[in-house]
Amino acid sequence: MDTIKTDYLKDKFNELQSSSADDVLSNIREEGFKNFNKVGLPAPHNEEWRLTGISNLFKKEYHLSELENTITIADIDTARLPGYENANELIFINGKFIPELSTIRSSENDCIVLPLEEAIKTEYKNLIDEHLNKSYRFIKDGIHALNTSFMHGGVFIYINKNKVLQHPFYLYHFADARNNHLLSQPRSLVYIDENAKGQLTEYYTTIGAMDSFTNEVMEIVVNTNAIAEYYKIQNDVANASQVTTTHIRQIGKSYTHAVTVSLNGGMIRNNMNVIMEKEGNEAHLYGLYLLKRKTHVDNHTLVDNTKPNCFSNEFYKGILDDNASGVFNGKIFVRQDAQKTNAYQSNKNILLSDDATINTKPQLEIFADDVKCSHGCTIGQLDEEALFYLRTRGISKELAQSMLLEAFAEDIVMQIKHEPLRKYVEELIVERLSIN
Amino acid sequence: MLSIKNIHASVEGKQILNGINLEVKAGEVHAIMGPNGSGKSTLASILAGREDYEVTEGSVFFEGNDMLELSPEDRAREGLFLAFQYPVEIPGVSTTNFIKTALNEKRKYNGQEPLDAVSFLKMMKQKMQLVEIDKSLLTRSINEGFSGGEKKRNEIFQMAMLEPKLAILDETDSGLDIDALRIVANGVNKLRNENRAIIVITHYQRLLDYLQPDFVHVLVNGRIVRSGTKELALELEEKGYDFLKDELSLAEAL
Repeated sequence: MDTIKTDYLKDKFNELQSSSADDVLSNIREEGFKNFNKVGLPAPHNEEWRLTGISNLFKKEYHLSELENTITIADIDTARLPGYENANELIFINGKFIPELSTIRSSENDCIVLPLEEAIKTEYKNLIDEHLNKSYRFIKDGIHALNTSFMHGGVFIYINKNKVLQHPFYLYHFADARNNHLLSQPRSLVYIDENAKGQLTEYYTTIGAMDSFTNEVMEIVVNTNAIAEYYKIQNDVANASQVTTTHIRQIGKSYTHAVTVSLNGGMIRNNMNVIMEKEGNEAHLYGLYLLKRKTHVDNHTLVDNTKPNCFSNEFYKGILDDNASGVFNGKIFVRQDAQKTNAYQSNKNILLSDDATINTKPQLEIFADDVKCSHGCTIGQLDEEALFYLRTRGISKELAQSMLLEAFAEDIVMQIKHEPLRKYVEELIVERLSIN
Repeated sequence: MLSIKNIHASVEGKQILNGINLEVKAGEVHAIMGPNGSGKSTLASILAGREDYEVTEGSVFFEGNDMLELSPEDRAREGLFLAFQYPVEIPGVSTTNFIKTALNEKRKYNGQEPLDAVSFLKMMKQKMQLVEIDKSLLTRSINEGFSGGEKKRNEIFQMAMLEPKLAILDETDSGLDIDALRIVANGVNKLRNENRAIIVITHYQRLLDYLQPDFVHVLVNGRIVRSGTKELALELEEKGYDFLKDELSLAEAL
């Protein structure tokens, strides 16, 4: 039997540390690797990872490609999302931000986009120092530490005060798995300053037949009166696995709106964290997972209310077919100071096959006494009565089924506020459901 | 048009229909009455093709086709329509889109081109007037948040749009106030013609006052125990079902 292989990572780590001189990032990496060695990869007995066995993915050695750049413009063109003509397009290859292939349409007056290594040498040094890797305080596991250990080639995005960006950010993550199993570890820090608005979309593409594993961390800091809109679309090949961590800190009274859509892939874990650090914060988190074959998607959400009068709403829906499996774990903290918190959570699932599984778990920890929190989850099959009703009007069983499933999914899809993207996802879903 | 011969049926092992015979010709309106639990809605469900019901004996022919062999959608495409006693709410599916899909599925089955947007809207407008249904209802999800009357009116509207050869109205009058009943009944009357047959399942005389059926059948314990003209319904209204039950038990005793 194959055993878990992580020894080779030490050489890769030493290689990286000796090749880069920068103190700030180097220290963070050092700390990260120390933690990684201490806790190791999340094991099944770790409650947070009980249903998502990520360590099995490390029974093979991954290539941590540094400088080879084999992805061409033609490859990129095949992955571009509708509306790209108007977007700030950021290209990541094997986890590294590639400025030469990226297109920033917003003016420098509106926003700054720099490789982390460069950004740390500019006037933003203190800001980066202050905010980078704050996610570590919440995520102590080895997979997050592994990303931090190899924090290199990441990106820093700063949206200036009072700027409502007209150009959304599209982040394309390419993994070149043509010759080797590939480990990509993208890292980004996004800072949306006072009264500003930024929209980010992340999209993942694996090229090649070998396995790719993306271990991503994005930190988003949202200042007073700012709006963060975030979309994640996972529609990659079956040999592409991912752990993505989106760690949003609302450091001023601000607004977050996030939608995660998972359609295809191998083993996927999405950590979506929102930390309410100031009074009056508001966050809306949505998720849709449409799974078939052996795809596994685990959505772990965390809303941490540390201050009074915050509002959060979570709504995740899933349709699972074949042997697909899903996890929804929704954690809500209401700290002692967080009086008048309103926190809602709902997870609804349809299982289309006997072999599909879903585990759903609300986890509310409330230390304040004047709060409104609710959670609910459903797991079921398609509504037989509705199906019969449609059929008695002459609609075939297959079409009736897809109409009902589309309607089920639409609740979440309609939350994608960026129209070209919403239409794109709608089409993907129609296409998917009409095959069934 | 419809020929039901000696139908026996059960649901979850419980025998409900015990040999029903019924012949319906184009242009006719038949009323089926009967006490609770007599099998009226079971008969409607079997005709529409609900899968929970098992036909253990007998046959149903519709326009010469063995109807029991057809899927619910094919029965609809052949020209059958069931107005539900409890129309289903389907969030997220717009009524207009649903009716358009249904209509075009039926047209496709019959070798016709799909209706273009303009013709469809024209047809909608015309039929909306016919059954007095408000446009705002049709932009909403199917029956979602509709009142009882609105749901029933929506059923009749769908019937108007799909133009069936045979319509079965399963207790369409239940839960309606007097005004809603009149509107629904007027809608049905406008849809009567010499090519279309209608079977009305009801408990009460009041819908029949509007519809004036050609035949009235009384169903008791899964069998038609008496058939007659509309006067039979009046007699039932006056005497209740008990007199029939008494006659029946007397007959069985003999």
